[in-house]
Amino acid sequence: MSGAPNSAAGAAPARALPGSGDERRHLIVAIVNNRPGVLNRVASLMRARNFNIESLAVSATERSDTSRMTLTIVGDEVHVEQATKQLYKLIDVLKVQDVTDEAIVEHELALIKVRVTGKSRPEVVSIAEMHRGRVVDLSDDAVIVEIVGEPSEVDRVVELLREFGIKELVRTGSVVMSRGSGSIEEQVKR
Amino acid sequence: MTQAKHVPGAGSSAALASERARKEMLRDARIERRGGPRPRIGADALCEALLLQGSTSIWGYPGGVILPLYDVLVDHPGLRHILVRHEQAAAHAADGYARASGKVGVCLGTSGPGATNLVTGIGTSMLDSVPVVAITGNVPGVLLGKDAFQEIDITGITLPMTKHNYLVRSADEIPHVIAEAFHIARSGRPGPVHVDITKDALMGETSAPHPTQEEVEAGLPGYRPKMDGNARQIKLLADAIAAAKRPLILAGHGVLIAHGERELLELARQAQIPIAWTLLGIGVVDESDPLAYGYMGMHGWKHVNRAIQSSDLLIGIGMRYDDRVTGNVRTFAPSAKIVHIDIDPAEIGKNVVADIPIVGDAKRVLEALLPMTERVDPAARATYFTELATWRKESESSAWHGSGGWRDGVLSADFVVERIAAGSGYDANLTADVGQNQMWVARYGGFKRANSHLSSGGLGTMGFALPAAMGAAIGTPEKTSWAIAGDGGFQMTLQELATIVQERIPVKIALMDNKKLGMIRQWQEIVYAGNYHSEQLAGPDYLKLCEAYGLPAWKVAKPEEVDAAVAGALAVDGPALIWFEIAERQNVYPMMPAGKGLSDLIDKWGDDGEDVTEGASGPRLDPTDPNAPKGGAE
Ligand SMILES: Cc1ncc(C[n+]2csc(CCOP(=O)(O)OP(=O)(O)O)c2C)c(N)n1
Ligand SMILES: [Mg+2]
Repeated sequence: MSGAPNSAAGAAPARALPGSGDERRHLIVAIVNNRPGVLNRVASLMRARNFNIESLAVSATERSDTSRMTLTIVGDEVHVEQATKQLYKLIDVLKVQDVTDEAIVEHELALIKVRVTGKSRPEVVSIAEMHRGRVVDLSDDAVIVEIVGEPSEVDRVVELLREFGIKELVRTGSVVMSRGSGSIEEQVKR
Repeated sequence: MTQAKHVPGAGSSAALASERARKEMLRDARIERRGGPRPRIGADALCEALLLQGSTSIWGYPGGVILPLYDVLVDHPGLRHILVRHEQAAAHAADGYARASGKVGVCLGTSGPGATNLVTGIGTSMLDSVPVVAITGNVPGVLLGKDAFQEIDITGITLPMTKHNYLVRSADEIPHVIAEAFHIARSGRPGPVHVDITKDALMGETSAPHPTQEEVEAGLPGYRPKMDGNARQIKLLADAIAAAKRPLILAGHGVLIAHGERELLELARQAQIPIAWTLLGIGVVDESDPLAYGYMGMHGWKHVNRAIQSSDLLIGIGMRYDDRVTGNVRTFAPSAKIVHIDIDPAEIGKNVVADIPIVGDAKRVLEALLPMTERVDPAARATYFTELATWRKESESSAWHGSGGWRDGVLSADFVVERIAAGSGYDANLTADVGQNQMWVARYGGFKRANSHLSSGGLGTMGFALPAAMGAAIGTPEKTSWAIAGDGGFQMTLQELATIVQERIPVKIALMDNKKLGMIRQWQEIVYAGNYHSEQLAGPDYLKLCEAYGLPAWKVAKPEEVDAAVAGALAVDGPALIWFEIAERQNVYPMMPAGKGLSDLIDKWGDDGEDVTEGASGPRLDPTDPNAPKGGAE
C-alpha cells in the first residue's frame, strides 16, 4: 500500500468545515415580489436549510409590486452567505444584501404595556420620555409605552420598565436602511 | 332565491360560488362531449403551451379535477398521453425522459392522492437537477382551503422540493405560467417545476395568447442564471493548474447538463489532467480514454479515491462535493487546493470551503479557461501518471471487486452488468435502481457516451429504474434502454410492466435478483455486526409474472447463460425481461463506511468468498425451472 496517504498520518491539518467561524448577528435585507406565498417560501427555505431567523420584518416598499424583508440571522460569515445565496435562488427574491457592516440606520419599534399605580405612573412616563419614547395609552392601572430605536435602546427601556411589571410586550424586529443616497430598491434589476 | 341556511355566509356571493363549485364536482360524470366548434378553454391553452414548448409526450393518470384536460386531449393529437399505473411512475418516467433526451419531461396527476403520488418523483428530479414540469389539477378555486374532496395543499408540499411552483386559478394565466415553468425548469441549474391548476381554471374560457421567450424572461427579474465565470477567477485557476503537480478533475452532472464534455476532454488533454467522475457525472468522458481515471466516492474505485487523497489540486466541475463523494470533509483531500465550478452560487462553500470558487456554466467556464491554460507535456507528469497507473492496476486486479472470472460457476452481479453493457455495444441507456445494483452499474457499465447512465443519485429512490427507463425509451427511441433493478426496487414499481406492454415501450429489464435487500444486508453485515433484520426478500416467480403481463422473459442462473439471454432480449421487438439469479451475498467493495473518509475504505470484509458460494437462498414463493426462455405474447 505504498504511497496511499492515510488520514491517521496527521501530516496535513484537518480541512475546515464551512460555517465553523465566529458567529455574530447579521442583518439581511431582501426585496421580493409582492405575491401570495412569498413569505412562506422564505420561511420554508430558512427552516429547511437550518438557518435560525431571530427576527423578520415584512413591509411594503415604494413600489406596489415588491415588498421588503429584513431578517436578522446569527451565524458565521460563510453560513450567512449561504443564507443569502439560498434566498437568491427563490424566483420571487429580487435582491438580497447583507448590510451588517454598512453605514445603516437600524430601528425597531416596541409597545410595552406596563402595570402602574397612581404612584408609579409618573416614574414610568418619565422613563419613556427620557428614552425618546411616548406614552400612547393610559388607563387606571396600566400604560402603553411606545419606543423606537436601536434594539439595544429598546432592550434598555424594557429592562428599566421590568421592575414595574410588564403585562405585555411586542417588538417589530429591526428594520434598516442604508445611510446616504444609495437605495437597494433602485438596485433591483427589471 | 331560497337561502340555504346550512351554508356558511349563506347568500353571499362567495357562498353561492362555492355551492355551485360543489355541485359541479358532483356532476362530473354527466359532462357531455361537445361536438363541433367549441370555445377554447384553459385545458386547451395548456395543451397548446406544452406543444409550443416541444413536448410530445405526457406521462399521467386521470382523476376528477383533471378530467377537463382529458376531455380535450383528442383535440391536440400532437400530444401522446401515456397512461401509467401509478403517478410515481409518471414522475420518474418524465425524469428519465429528461435525463436521456435533455428535453423537459412532463408528468400529470389529479388532485389529492394523484398529486401526492407524484411527490417522490419530483423530489428525485430536484436532488438530481432534472428538468421536469409536473402538472396537477386542484379543486375549483372557491373550494380551496375547505378540505374539499381530494383537496390537499400540494403546493405547500412541493414548495421545498421544486425549483419553483405555481398555483394557477384562472385560465388566462395558463399560457404564461407554462412557458415560465419550462424556462425555469431547463435553464440555469435545471430542476422540477410544479404547476397546480384549479379545475375551474382548466374549464374557463380564455383567449390569452402565448408569450414569447423574451416576454417570459422579462417577467422574471429575480431569475438571471449567471453563465459566465469571473475572468479573474478563471485566470487564478489557470495559474493553479500550471503550478500543480497532481491535479485531478472531478466532473459531475453539471458538465453533462452544460454539454461541456468536449471542452472537458480538451482541458484534460491540454493540461494532462486525469478525470474522475461522480455518480451523476458518469458518461462525461469515454471510460476507455487514457485520461479517464474512474468513478469516485463511497463505492468508487480505490485508485480514484487514493488519487483524490493525494492530489494537490482538485478541480470540481458541476458537482456538489456531497457527502457520498467526500466522506468526512475534515480528512478529505488533505493537501489539495479546492476549485469549485458550479452554476449555482449556493453550492459553493456549502459542503467544502473552496480556494478558487467560480460561478458559471461548466461549458462556458471551460471555454474561457482553455485559452489561458498552458499545454503540458505528458512527460512532465511521468511520476504522477506512473503512480496512478500502479494504483489503478492494483485496484482493478483485486479479487474482491469481482470483475472477470471472480468466482467460477457463480453468477456475479458485476459480470452481468459488464455483459449487458458489452452486449448492447456500450451504446444503450442503462438506468439503475438503488442499492447494490446501482453501484454495480456505476462501476461496471463501461460507459462511453454522455447521458446514457441514469441513476437516482441525490434522493436514492428505489423503484426508479423501470419507470425512468420507460421515459428514456420514449425520449431516445434510437437507443436501447435497459432498466437494471434489484429485486427490492423492482417490486416497488413493477406495476409498470402493464404500461410497457400496453404502450409497447421497448424497455429491456435486467432483474438483479439476490433475493435480498442487498445493500441493507451489506450494511448489516459490515456496520451492524451481522445483526440481520428485514433483509430477506420474498418475490414471485418472475417468469410467471411476466407471462401474466404478456412479457417475454428469460431466467439466468449461470455465467455462461448470460450472453444468450441478453442477445435474446435485445432481439425482441418490444419490452423483455431477464431474471438474473445472482449471487446472494456479493458485496460492493470498496466501501466507505458513513462518517469515515476516503482513506478509510473497506476492501473486503471477512471471508465473503465463502458466503457467496453458499447455497442458502432467501424465501421464494414458487421456484421454477431455471433457464427456460419463456415467452409471453410476443
Ligand atoms: C424508497 C426507498 N426505500 C428505502 C431505501 C433504502 N434502501 C437503499 S438500498 C436498499 C435495498 C435495495 O434492495 P434491492 O432493490 O434488492 O437492491 P440490491 O441492493 O439487492 O441490489 C434499501 C431498502 C431507498 N433507497 N429507497
Ligand atoms: Mg436485491
